[in-house]
Amino acid sequence: MEEIRQDFPILHEPTPGGGRLVYLDNAATSQKPRSVIDALQDYYETTNANVHRGVHVLAEKATQAYEDARIKVAEFIGAPDPRSVIFTRGTTEAINLVAWSWARPRLRPGDRIVVTRMEHHSNFVPWQAMARAAGAELVIADIRDDGTLDPDAFQRALDGPVKLVALAHVSNVLGTVNPVADLVARAREAGAVTVVDGAQGTPHVPVDVEAIGCDFYALSGHKMLGPTGSGALYGRLERLEAMEPFLYGGEMISKVHDDHSTWAEIPHKFEAGTPHIAGAIGLGEAVDYLRRLGPDRVHRWESDLATYTAARLREVPGVRVFGDLPERGGAVSFVTEGIHPHDLAQYLDQLGIAIRAGHLCAQPLLRRLGVTAVSRASVAFYNTAEEIGLLVDGLHRARSFFLRG
Amino acid sequence: MDSEDLYQEVLLDHARHPHRYGKLRPEEIQVDLENPLCGDRVCVHADVEEGRVARIRFDGQGCAISTASASLLGDWAEGRPVEEVRAHIEWFAKVMRGEAEPDEEKLGDLMAVAGVRRFPMRIKCATLAWHALRQAIDQTASPTSPDSA
Repeated sequence: MEEIRQDFPILHEPTPGGGRLVYLDNAATSQKPRSVIDALQDYYETTNANVHRGVHVLAEKATQAYEDARIKVAEFIGAPDPRSVIFTRGTTEAINLVAWSWARPRLRPGDRIVVTRMEHHSNFVPWQAMARAAGAELVIADIRDDGTLDPDAFQRALDGPVKLVALAHVSNVLGTVNPVADLVARAREAGAVTVVDGAQGTPHVPVDVEAIGCDFYALSGHKMLGPTGSGALYGRLERLEAMEPFLYGGEMISKVHDDHSTWAEIPHKFEAGTPHIAGAIGLGEAVDYLRRLGPDRVHRWESDLATYTAARLREVPGVRVFGDLPERGGAVSFVTEGIHPHDLAQYLDQLGIAIRAGHLCAQPLLRRLGVTAVSRASVAFYNTAEEIGLLVDGLHRARSFFLRG
Repeated sequence: MDSEDLYQEVLLDHARHPHRYGKLRPEEIQVDLENPLCGDRVCVHADVEEGRVARIRFDGQGCAISTASASLLGDWAEGRPVEEVRAHIEWFAKVMRGEAEPDEEKLGDLMAVAGVRRFPMRIKCATLAWHALRQAIDQTASPTSPDSA
């Protein structure tokens, strides 16, 4: 473990209070290993050039590194063909690409889009907007009180003219790991195209898009050790080929006539303008790091540590942990009686403990949970049980600070 | 900086037992503001009589800072002339933006709220109720409102 922690320079930065940093906000963004940071610097020092255009040696080197990164990402998520991986700024852009290029021209009045109650706003708002624009219906499949998706509610939601189903692989609030392969199979049976939001999936659980069987899978680089502004959309080749571009401009064309243009082959059709080349290369490096560790090992460690976190938090008087789950992603959300989540996060910050507080970009879910804000501790494989101990100590101290008198 | 710097005793007291907080009926709510960052919400009703802020009532839920700020502001503002309250709110906004210095004589217990300015992420929590009260008295004290007739 100490070896792994050594790979992450920021974990050894002193906090303003002088103590060590306990970083438990990994669901917001992960920290970056030295190899990813070095890859970015190395790219700008030795390779920097625009891709797919120049004939000079740097352009060729940059293009090669960029396309190698695409192959790495494809292999990491079990995509059989690198052309099915489009680089984006992150999950949000990837989902918007599907919303605008696939859904918008195909949705008709009366059609149905199905999402779940546990979606992050990035997999909720685009579908709400598309449904409203097309006169389609947005149906929200509810969760059960234990924090899992209600399979009956999901099945009922599919009973109708459902055109698209969008669902999270792993919840950023509850930590629920959805049985996506099963849910996707049922959605396909109902005739729907499927979109899986993998923002919390790729960092924490082994992903195989072929086994899941989805049409689209969206991911964020920065949540899986990569740079911010990097991410990807996986799409089935035949879907991507049938879609119009999302953004127009350079690099995405085949031929530009005075009155019309034709589009480049996929994936380039969906990568207008100069891409975030360094970001893609950094993401490729992050994938290398995760593969060296082993996604199965990462998942086991994080799920066990998150389960331990939930159990320890439940021992603290007045704490309510959301989600009673046998298996967890990295996120554990909770509320503390008498202490607002923001005050708790502020107090813990003074102790060098970084957690998240607020609505966590999941207002529809928080309404269902009956709260306006929660606290969230989210672990990564570089976190330890000792750090969870510090969190729990901090929580006890916060209780005596805020609840005295 | 310590938590004690931010959460001074007077602020915590008001957060635990906020003044003028209670259930407002929907028709009584003049202004309803939210801090989208954290979901804090403050609703306010302010009566203006003879050019003075006669009675203030709050509703909503928020963190210790936003709740205490509303409570302390209510203590300070109630009974004062509308113009003085307006000017004070404007000056306080400048203090929070770092454009004016906090003045202990002018602020009294509100000094505890002014201390929040050293925590940039929390300034919105501290000023939410102030914006709400400003909007409420602007509505009530406008020439067309029956209260000012």
